[in-house]
Amino acid sequence: MPKREDIKKIMLIGAGPIIIGQACEFDYSGVQACKALKEEGYELVLVNSNPATIMTDPEFADRTYLEPLTEPILEEIIRRERPDALLPTLGGQTALNLAIALHDHGALKRYQVEMIGARAEVIRKAEDRNLFKEAMTKIGMDVPRGQSAHSLAEALKIQAVMAGFPLIIRPGFTLGGSGGGIARDEAEFRTIVARGLSYSLNSEVLIEESVIGWKEFELEVMRDRKDNCVIVCSIENVDPMGIHTGDSVTVAPTQTLTDREYQRMRDATLAVIREIGVETGGANVQWAINPANGRMVIIEMNPRVSRSSALASKATGFPIARIAAKLAVGYTLDELRNDITRETPACFEPAIDYVVTKVPRFAFEKFPAADTTLGTQMKSVGETMSIGRTFKESFQKALRSLETGRAGFGADGKDGPLEGLADDALAAELVRPNARRLFAVRSAFKRGWAVARVAELTQIDPWFLGHLEELAAFEEEIRSAHDLDGLKRNPALFRQSKEFGYSDRQIAFLLGASECEVRRAREAIGLNPVFNLVDTCAAEFTAFTPYYYSTYGTLEEYRPDERRKIMILGGGPNRIGQGIEFDYCCVHASFALREAGFATIMVNSNPETVSTDYDTSDRLYFEPLTLEDVLHIYRREQCWGAIVQFGGQTPLNLARALEQNGVRIIGTSTASIEAAEDRKLFHELITRLGIRQPNSGLAASVEEAARIADRIGFPILMRPSFVLGGRAMVIVYTQESLRKYMAEAVEVSEDRPVLIDDFLDNAVEVDVDCIADGETVVIGGIMEHVEQAGIHSGDSACMIPAPTLSEPVKAAIRKHTVELAQALKVCGLMNVQYAVKEGEVYVLEVNPRASRTIPFVSKAIGVPLAKLAALVMTGSKLKDLGFTREILPRHASVKEAVFPFVRFPGIDTVLSPEMKSTGEVMGIDINIGMAFLKSQVAAGNVLPVAGNVFVSVRDSDKDAVIPLARRLCALGFTIYATEGTSTILRNHGITSQAIFRISTGRPHVLDMIQEKQVGWIVNTPSSGEIPRVDEVKMRAEAVIRGIPITTTLNGLDAAVKGLETFRETRRMEVCSLQEYHRHAPRLKLPGAH
Amino acid sequence: MNAKWNWRAQREKTAFLALADGTVFHGYSVGAENDALGEVVFNTGMTGYQEILSDPSYSGQLVTMTCPEIGNTGINAADMESSRLFANGFILHEMNTPSNWRSEVSLEECLRRNAIPAIAGIDTRALTSKLRDQGTLKGYLAVSGKIAEQQAVRLAAEWGGLDGQDYAVKVSCQQPYLWDETGTLSVSWGIADSLPKADLKIVAYDFGIKWNILRSMRRNGMAVTVVPAKTSAADVLALKPHGVLLSNGPADPAAVTYAIENSRRLIGKVPLMGICLGHQILGIACGGRTCRLKFGHHGCNHPVKDLKTSRVEITSQNHNFTVDPDSLDPVKVEITHINLNDQTVEGIEHKQAPMFSVQYHPEACPGPHDPYYLFSRFRRLIGGHV
Repeated sequence: MPKREDIKKIMLIGAGPIIIGQACEFDYSGVQACKALKEEGYELVLVNSNPATIMTDPEFADRTYLEPLTEPILEEIIRRERPDALLPTLGGQTALNLAIALHDHGALKRYQVEMIGARAEVIRKAEDRNLFKEAMTKIGMDVPRGQSAHSLAEALKIQAVMAGFPLIIRPGFTLGGSGGGIARDEAEFRTIVARGLSYSLNSEVLIEESVIGWKEFELEVMRDRKDNCVIVCSIENVDPMGIHTGDSVTVAPTQTLTDREYQRMRDATLAVIREIGVETGGANVQWAINPANGRMVIIEMNPRVSRSSALASKATGFPIARIAAKLAVGYTLDELRNDITRETPACFEPAIDYVVTKVPRFAFEKFPAADTTLGTQMKSVGETMSIGRTFKESFQKALRSLETGRAGFGADGKDGPLEGLADDALAAELVRPNARRLFAVRSAFKRGWAVARVAELTQIDPWFLGHLEELAAFEEEIRSAHDLDGLKRNPALFRQSKEFGYSDRQIAFLLGASECEVRRAREAIGLNPVFNLVDTCAAEFTAFTPYYYSTYGTLEEYRPDERRKIMILGGGPNRIGQGIEFDYCCVHASFALREAGFATIMVNSNPETVSTDYDTSDRLYFEPLTLEDVLHIYRREQCWGAIVQFGGQTPLNLARALEQNGVRIIGTSTASIEAAEDRKLFHELITRLGIRQPNSGLAASVEEAARIADRIGFPILMRPSFVLGGRAMVIVYTQESLRKYMAEAVEVSEDRPVLIDDFLDNAVEVDVDCIADGETVVIGGIMEHVEQAGIHSGDSACMIPAPTLSEPVKAAIRKHTVELAQALKVCGLMNVQYAVKEGEVYVLEVNPRASRTIPFVSKAIGVPLAKLAALVMTGSKLKDLGFTREILPRHASVKEAVFPFVRFPGIDTVLSPEMKSTGEVMGIDINIGMAFLKSQVAAGNVLPVAGNVFVSVRDSDKDAVIPLARRLCALGFTIYATEGTSTILRNHGITSQAIFRISTGRPHVLDMIQEKQVGWIVNTPSSGEIPRVDEVKMRAEAVIRGIPITTTLNGLDAAVKGLETFRETRRMEVCSLQEYHRHAPRLKLPGAH
Repeated sequence: MNAKWNWRAQREKTAFLALADGTVFHGYSVGAENDALGEVVFNTGMTGYQEILSDPSYSGQLVTMTCPEIGNTGINAADMESSRLFANGFILHEMNTPSNWRSEVSLEECLRRNAIPAIAGIDTRALTSKLRDQGTLKGYLAVSGKIAEQQAVRLAAEWGGLDGQDYAVKVSCQQPYLWDETGTLSVSWGIADSLPKADLKIVAYDFGIKWNILRSMRRNGMAVTVVPAKTSAADVLALKPHGVLLSNGPADPAAVTYAIENSRRLIGKVPLMGICLGHQILGIACGGRTCRLKFGHHGCNHPVKDLKTSRVEITSQNHNFTVDPDSLDPVKVEITHINLNDQTVEGIEHKQAPMFSVQYHPEACPGPHDPYYLFSRFRRLIGGHV
């Protein structure tokens, strides 16, 4: 069947901000869909609130709406655009839920929009626990026994008739299993059920028999209109059932099923997709198998592309989202071509001749109070994937891709804490699912524990454990060479070590040599990896897509290319502080340089991203971002240069070593990057330029730190050097906590000293992004933070244009920025952070590289800064590219951060210098208040337009809150306040309802939150580093209940402004980026038409 | 050194595979100690090594698995496709200790018991690329340590190969027998729990028949008499079957002249179904020709389009020869299925007589069950002609 001609305009919904459970994979799928539909000639309307996505680049759709993903906004866009069809299956659960809401409330019918990809009934059948179970029973599928409940009482009744604990509780209609859990006794049961009911969008929880410890599998399936079905990939979880698949180590293809067992699962999967009725597109079906007897039960089905389908696409080379989009508009699988082989159709099942391992990346170090035990609720913030010929090679590569400082599966000197554990403590670590459990497995094998024993404790399949046991034992085999010379004299053993996936760093550790020495020894005997293709067909057909992985084999599939090649180093797994923003920059660099005639070589290990799509760059290397792996690629490709300034801290950390090994780093020199990171050099530079800087010092010991603190006075800001996302950065108020911090921070920063700065209390923080080419410096944007200085810039909302900065202050900022760029000889991008206090401008930090805010600024001003920067780095001049003047847009843009607090119940949600956000959203409007309001709505802080607001501010804010409280009253809010605040308000003629503090009587604020009597909380935390217990409890409770909290008066001011505007207009106007950007300058980019 | 793992042997790589073109791949022995000659083919299936090894169609071949981790699920009695292992030799990347609740013996042990040599430590992707580019090659698998490389290459080059060879007679049963009279063999794990009444009488020619063809027919209510490859058409018709099945089998269809002749006599007399070699035999019997494919189809992911319904099924395949579509008389024979990868013939139907055949494996094992419906199609075909 050819494509449908009866639809012309298609609307696509993106997934919104990056949160735990919903990350870059939906940008990847969205971009593929946009490309696939555009090449078919459809007009595209795209909606997504996340500015750091590639899909929201104006060239990917005809109309791009960076607007909040809410039902009214979407309806407004539909009303304005009148699309013929809505494709909701590529934007994750967010898009699916919104599409269902639009359908249920009649908007789609009213505007005659057809849902394509999956009909509403299909989505409901897959997502509603009862309907799903009914459907599965009908087709003879075994399901975990269980029932759903809509209240705690009902849940307890069900529990009474089940076989006992543990029981699994899963809320209906949520993201990434949030709110679910495993109850091992009645108390846990009550807690989890209550939480689950409140998280579920339809107030429903499913209570199920436990299949914890069973084997877990996933199949990715596609279906077209003619009922052709293919399984794209099978995935086996190394971690057993009971751990969310997003938090599990997984491998592809399945390793422990016979053909019959696999085909039974395949048959069942096809039966499921047919019964649920997914007409076109992809779906994911999860299965559990009892390892003792093979009983197979279905766990769930997602009628859309998912995190797993992104993984499956990267693991096999089969572009699921692209094909899904084509199927949605009427094509059938046999009509579509396999891009990789060119000659064979997309209607087939990929065969892979390697092993893929995915390992989740956690960020527990950011949330010290959080429970690190893994369960059915996803907690990881990112993932890395690696490809190797064998499980051992693949697994070791995955661990060294993780950016946790590990060189592989141990043998890197970092398992000291585990090795020191007593046997029973180690056994406990094996029983408890946690982020470092596989390293505990290694320690167990080091102690000689048998596979059977470890399997019983971990419930990991002995097949995997057998390989891990062999790796643990093989360390001694390597050591048997005595030293590096010995290994060099035994090339077969050296090769075998590499085939087992050992990195040079591990071998160096085992033999007491340096990584560099191991590399030299290896090169001296000609022991290098080969590059093999990911080709969907296990080499059965010739592959045309240059998608490579390294392995220690004999077949070299690298093909020479005469063009000038530029290597772009990506950012590795997502984590807090390093996410999609950097991937955006890398992708832009690749796009721009390809247009300019270079061949681009992308290196990255993150399967969620657009950068690891096989057609983003001329060549894709799915490899760990380590010195060893990157050098192999650089040398094999004989690159002309490498870009390290776009991929965040990961490639920057490699820059110096790469350069020492002959890699040509293009753009701003590593010396300049280091000059900006080195406190002493930086201080000299700032002094020379006559720019102010907070008083500061550098301490290598506790005593030194104490002396510096005395000199500059508390509060001080302390942080280790060379870190990302403000890791381990704190504001310290006393000598005592200074000493405590030194004890912890030194471990974090290894051998680098601690930096101490005067903390500028109540200052306004400003971020500036600029671009420079050695001749011209152009400001990209001046962003004013809503939160005051001291909150990590990644966690702070910020605005363009800066609303409160005076013209002289802005002039000073511009002058300083230009001087800094010139002094550092910046060639590319630079970000500067300033603090403005009482009209004085202080520079806090300079980073001569792409910053997290580049996508936001680019979208605010309508200029692709990262593309320009990539061109500048290869020698183009801004003058010739047509970008020479700062753009002052007529509209306002606000960026707001999005936090994962809801995943870590009970932790404090107050912001600090330590970055905690996982993603961001953008609000744009002509009116700055409205832009702010949109950003809040988009971030999920849905501010009420009326009702009860609880206000509790610290003493220093008590004066400033008065005018704001008055405006709140004028807007019709009823203010509730604790006694102190209430009294002050009354003294100024503002009526408020006094309520008790938590500790002094009832009803107090927690009661009101629990009964949902307050719709908004304004709480500025009291000064000092120890937050008040009451406040922590209140903020944590509000997060769980989804009640918005405003923690600064600047934020309150912006919100009130927005609400005032909203009161006049009564609706949020929407407008596309293309319309906002119509005044942007016309650039002269290569390849532009 | 460690007693548990054979790391040293893995490094020393004293076993090797010598190809007729002079290429030698080094590895280590993980099977029986005897050497073997054979045609080297690759199979891209990611599961099913047990079914592949026990499929008599692989007789005369040295099978390479493109999937690197092999042996993971061991061997169990229920998943056998015949009474023993038939491949001449096995080539893999990494041999594994099994972990599966149905595993009864390790693959390595099973290979030894069946006197099948196997080599691991081979870069199977390199070997596969070579076969893809050069076509199927003859090879000598040397694991005994008793032969020099050059000699092995010469033996491989001098070996006659499978062209023009009748291997079916070598692997066929010697006497006719009734399949599964007690109804126990056709009920096996993941295949069926219970059986219907067997109300149709079928004769199956055994050219190297896979047990799951027999299980599948029994599941479709067919009582099957298996007869040796050389059984005459008259003897078959004397059994008064409702239908006759021509099975899969090894080597060259053109060499099985007796079977082609018998088929000619059966067409129009009794409903016929052919699978794989049986399909090729029927193709020739209908006046067609077969020719060699460059490197054959061996795997579980081949898309086949039913030209009548335009539905696509993912199929299990294992063949080196194919029916030449230009050789078929369109008045007599209709091409019903084609392979979407290379447009080769995957199924034919006789326009006047009750006969259809497929190049791929509706019985799967290993591979997808998509074409299983063909057995009920056979039933329907018979239904109209009883």
